[in-house]
Amino acid sequence: MRRIPPFVTAMAMFAIAFLYVPLLAVGVFSVNATRYGLTWKGFTLDWYIKLLQNEFILEAAWNTLVLAVVSTAVATILGTFLAIGLDRFPWGRKANTFLDVVLHIPVVIPDIILAASLVVAFGLLRLISEVFEPGLFNMIIGHITFQIAFVALVVRSRLVSLGQDIEEAARDLFASTPYLLRRVTIPLLMPGIVAGAMMAFTLSLDDFVISFFTAGPDSITLPLFIYAAVRRGVSPQIHALSTMTVLVTVFLIIGIERFTRK
Amino acid sequence: MLVWYGELTTQRNLTRRGLGFLGAGILWLLVFLVLPGMVLILVSFITRGGYGQLVWDYTFENYKRFMGFSVFGWTADYIIIMWRSVWVAFMSTLICVILSYPLAFFICSRPEKKRYFWLTLIIVPFWTNMVIRTYAWLLILAPEMPLAKLASFMKLIPPETPLYPSAFAVYMGMVSIFLPFVTLPLYSSIERLDWSLVEAAQDLYASKLRIFMQTILPQTLPGLTVGVILTFVPTMGMFVVPNLLGGSKYMLVGNLIQQQFGTSRDWPFGSAISMALMVLTMVSLQLYRRRSKEVDVI
Repeated sequence: MRRIPPFVTAMAMFAIAFLYVPLLAVGVFSVNATRYGLTWKGFTLDWYIKLLQNEFILEAAWNTLVLAVVSTAVATILGTFLAIGLDRFPWGRKANTFLDVVLHIPVVIPDIILAASLVVAFGLLRLISEVFEPGLFNMIIGHITFQIAFVALVVRSRLVSLGQDIEEAARDLFASTPYLLRRVTIPLLMPGIVAGAMMAFTLSLDDFVISFFTAGPDSITLPLFIYAAVRRGVSPQIHALSTMTVLVTVFLIIGIERFTRK
Repeated sequence: MLVWYGELTTQRNLTRRGLGFLGAGILWLLVFLVLPGMVLILVSFITRGGYGQLVWDYTFENYKRFMGFSVFGWTADYIIIMWRSVWVAFMSTLICVILSYPLAFFICSRPEKKRYFWLTLIIVPFWTNMVIRTYAWLLILAPEMPLAKLASFMKLIPPETPLYPSAFAVYMGMVSIFLPFVTLPLYSSIERLDWSLVEAAQDLYASKLRIFMQTILPQTLPGLTVGVILTFVPTMGMFVVPNLLGGSKYMLVGNLIQQQFGTSRDWPFGSAISMALMVLTMVSLQLYRRRSKEVDVI
């Protein structure tokens, strides 16, 4: 432990306040008994109760969950195999560089560019099939596209740190490829796979831009709902919804920390 | 025949099996990432029809329009928006860095058991949806709140008006969203800092600025680089923050792109602007490449 000058502490406190004061304000106004304006009119939980009766919000929550679960499941499987394929086979230098670049594109480019290219691509694909009308299906495809890269990068870093010794030993003992995968590689990789999946899941819950560009009228997610509502003007019900979302985030993070620290 | 980690096999066999592993994932990325990217480039060179449909007449018109040339003569509007986006990204990143150093040092100075608490405090906003964190500023900057009252007291704004939409609000939103993106990588660098170098510099009567520039900065460069990339690139393309907090007063390139794909329905022009943003991204990554070689982005 090291002593730091007081002004550093002061700056740090300022930064933390900067992060939290807006969120606290949302929390405070979510239990405010007035419908309009930002003056304090007393404590109420009405907005939370109304939340659970609002079928648009419930549907948006359901869409958000379906989108996150489906895209995470697909992206985790594809990303894991992609990572194994990348790391455990002798590709040439050129092929490796190419794969590396492709894998890093979704991580480094502004997401609005990915969103724009998906809009155009889906627009052209619609000429072929009606499946590509804006909606949940397109959103799932969009989410998987950026999730795969993140999962593959996380799993690959685990593969690299594991080394190949144990797999080599298994091969020496005549393990077949499926056996090796099932009994050696995947179990050893599990922490990396879980970490990648959790990352993909939170990325999906967090995403706004990709969803905004690819959503249809029937596939509104919570971030889209909040955004649309805020553009019409902030309301206590939206504050309540946002506070709930933040609380869920907090629980998820604490859960993940518990899980990964074991 | 060759022995590949304990397995007797052939090159062709390995290639085939390797493709089996990464085939599906790579195919997905090619179809939904690389191909759409190519299409975006292509579309930026074609014409918009009267109803917003695509007309496959090749032209440089979209890029000319972006550079400000139109039938009414030359305007700098789009170039100003582009320049403003770069400027906002630069300033936001700078402010995030200035705030992150004290914050990261502060967390590192806590006893080990309490560090998790403070780190979690940074991670929570990191994972909180950016729409929520952006619109939360609408409350803080509302006319009823102290900040706006103070500003109107100082005659900066007329009374009873909010502090948004404004450049100030955009900066507030950007910095609060991207602060954790700089703090977290920086923290992992500062945690491993070799303090004996700092002490040596102190023993030799180096000034505080010099201690920072010559002992702390070089050691924290890997974390700083990751943080800067993770902040600078997305702030350039951000559109939620300028849309909610900047309005039409402070448009950024993200809004411009969204407009073309939304209300204006001008995909070719939108694609051309996306390409311009892409070039900017590549240039800024290139400027950073030499240092970032040793660090992974994640």
